[in-house]
Amino acid sequence: MSSERITKKLTFKTFRFNAETDFLPYFKTYEMEVGKDELVLDILNRIKWEFDGSFSYRRSCRHGICGSCSIKVNGKPVLSCKQNVWELVEIFETDTLLLEPQSKKRVVKDMIIDKKDFWQKHAKLKPYLEAEIDEHPEEEIRVSPHEAEQLLEADYCIQCGNCYYACPVVEVNEEYFGPAQFAKAYRFNADVRDNAKVERLEKVREMGPGVWDCVKCFECAEACPKDVDPIGKITKLHNQIFEEGLAQDNVATRHAVGFKHSIVKHGLLDEGELVRYSEGTLGVMKHLPEAIAMFKKGKIVMPWNMPKSEKLDEIKTLVKSSSKVKF
Amino acid sequence: MAKLKYALYTGCTARESTPELLMSTMAVAKKLGIELVLLDEASCCGASHLQDFDDFLSLVLNARNICYAEKQELDMVTICNTCQLNTVMTKERLDSDEDLKSQVNEKLAEVGLEYKGTSSVRHFLYAIIDDYGLDKLAEQVVKPLDDFNIAAFYGCHNIRPSHLHKKHNTVSADVGEGGGEEAFGDAPLMSKYNGGENPYNPTSLDRLIEALKGKSVDYESKNKCCGFHADLQAPHTAHRLTGTALLDAIDNDADMMVTPCPLCHLNMDVKQESVAKEMGRDIKLPVLHLPQLIGLALGIDPKELGLQHNVTEPTFV
Repeated sequence: MSSERITKKLTFKTFRFNAETDFLPYFKTYEMEVGKDELVLDILNRIKWEFDGSFSYRRSCRHGICGSCSIKVNGKPVLSCKQNVWELVEIFETDTLLLEPQSKKRVVKDMIIDKKDFWQKHAKLKPYLEAEIDEHPEEEIRVSPHEAEQLLEADYCIQCGNCYYACPVVEVNEEYFGPAQFAKAYRFNADVRDNAKVERLEKVREMGPGVWDCVKCFECAEACPKDVDPIGKITKLHNQIFEEGLAQDNVATRHAVGFKHSIVKHGLLDEGELVRYSEGTLGVMKHLPEAIAMFKKGKIVMPWNMPKSEKLDEIKTLVKSSSKVKF
Repeated sequence: MAKLKYALYTGCTARESTPELLMSTMAVAKKLGIELVLLDEASCCGASHLQDFDDFLSLVLNARNICYAEKQELDMVTICNTCQLNTVMTKERLDSDEDLKSQVNEKLAEVGLEYKGTSSVRHFLYAIIDDYGLDKLAEQVVKPLDDFNIAAFYGCHNIRPSHLHKKHNTVSADVGEGGGEEAFGDAPLMSKYNGGENPYNPTSLDRLIEALKGKSVDYESKNKCCGFHADLQAPHTAHRLTGTALLDAIDNDADMMVTPCPLCHLNMDVKQESVAKEMGRDIKLPVLHLPQLIGLALGIDPKELGLQHNVTEPTFV
């Protein structure tokens, strides 16, 4: 076996911008031989050390726990110190990789972005344990293993921002809290020692900033380097809102509950009735132009023609015996 | 090759607002000699919204749907990305948690059913690619789509979360008794054509377009979200996301778009006028369902493919 080091010649097209001095961002291209064990962080270091000392990026721990070195490569959010470069070559079937900051509109310099909104939104959801604890306790507060398990993976978040800057809702709705923030809210809501659960739920139930604006694209789950599964925690927050009796009567909650009404009646979803029930009889009017366009094309099923599942009685029985949540 | 036979879980949309999806699916299956048995007993999958309200109920209902495929000893195929995801999420949770499975089975027993985990669940797209085969599909093409630039729009719930889809969506092996983790071992069988779909660079639909002799459009939004699930509560968000993807396809010279998901289709096809208002640009792009596109290339009558139901008229037909 040859002892020669096997490398691949790769090209890194790299985003460069200095908010203080540059009018527009630009790309610089760096070519280098890359070994099979090299990580994206190694490449960032090599660009700085071998090509251009002014190249800027965040880094600290180098072993996947500080969360500071996240960037995007060919649009894929990566924690630089965990992401192998050859793997990216395989995924994108290319020898040219595009290195970009997590969010181009928030760039301060090169890969460094301003995470102000990310932290401000965290702060709004009390990302800490709120509890009245005796200053001189006589014994420890006990948390059973079962209770601790309820935090799920939410405690593993390193706040790297991969999910936040991958979330398409954050892109178009500035007030939306964001997946990392919701995962953190869940982490403390699920903690038996905490007593700010209701307060957090009253914030995350709001339309606009809250969980109802999630589009369920799973970008956050895919982007997370720690398998926190933020969307799974968003679902848990939805569930908590109903369980705690904090669900407001609005289009979003009626939309979720409306599925149950339809299923009991038809087995299937009655699409037209769901829109009417969710929006209310007045609100539904704004959908009229689309409804007419759909009707003309035979896309609207009339109530008297609504299809039903066979063995609907089974479905009714199961809804009755399995459904425990109230609205 | 033995005749391919599946239990078809149509979902609700194909029976209501996108009748053309069911029509074209059946027409293509017939043409290719694939037998699809309709699961008429099935209920709605909850579309990820019932799950927000009542998670356990949605598990029970989805498990019941799978039971009917298992009873016939058939693998299930879906024609909606969201049905696909909700069904495999249920399957994954039940197959990996005996406790939860017995809780669900306790309920199912009330109606004489039992979830076993013996049927695999895949989207029709992957059944065609993996089981039927793209080479064989290419041989059946009588009307090559070589005049067209076609933008593949994958739809979130077929590609994310990737660990689930790698395990279920692109696997054609028999999952066997119990299914789940142990049946696959460490190395799940990947799709023969794309080695498992990578959510950051999906290729299956593009390869399929090429098999039909069309030209697949390279554009950034192919794996992005259309916003459907926030249509009612956050129309601004949904319109922006749909519009961004449509315009990206148009700006990259797409003549049409194709999607395997009827929910994406509803946003992309039906809402073009309101999306255009939001984006401040004209938008007119025919959007086809996956089986409609295949059907056209196979020379099936456009009427049989339900093209008359598409809102943005496919003027090229």
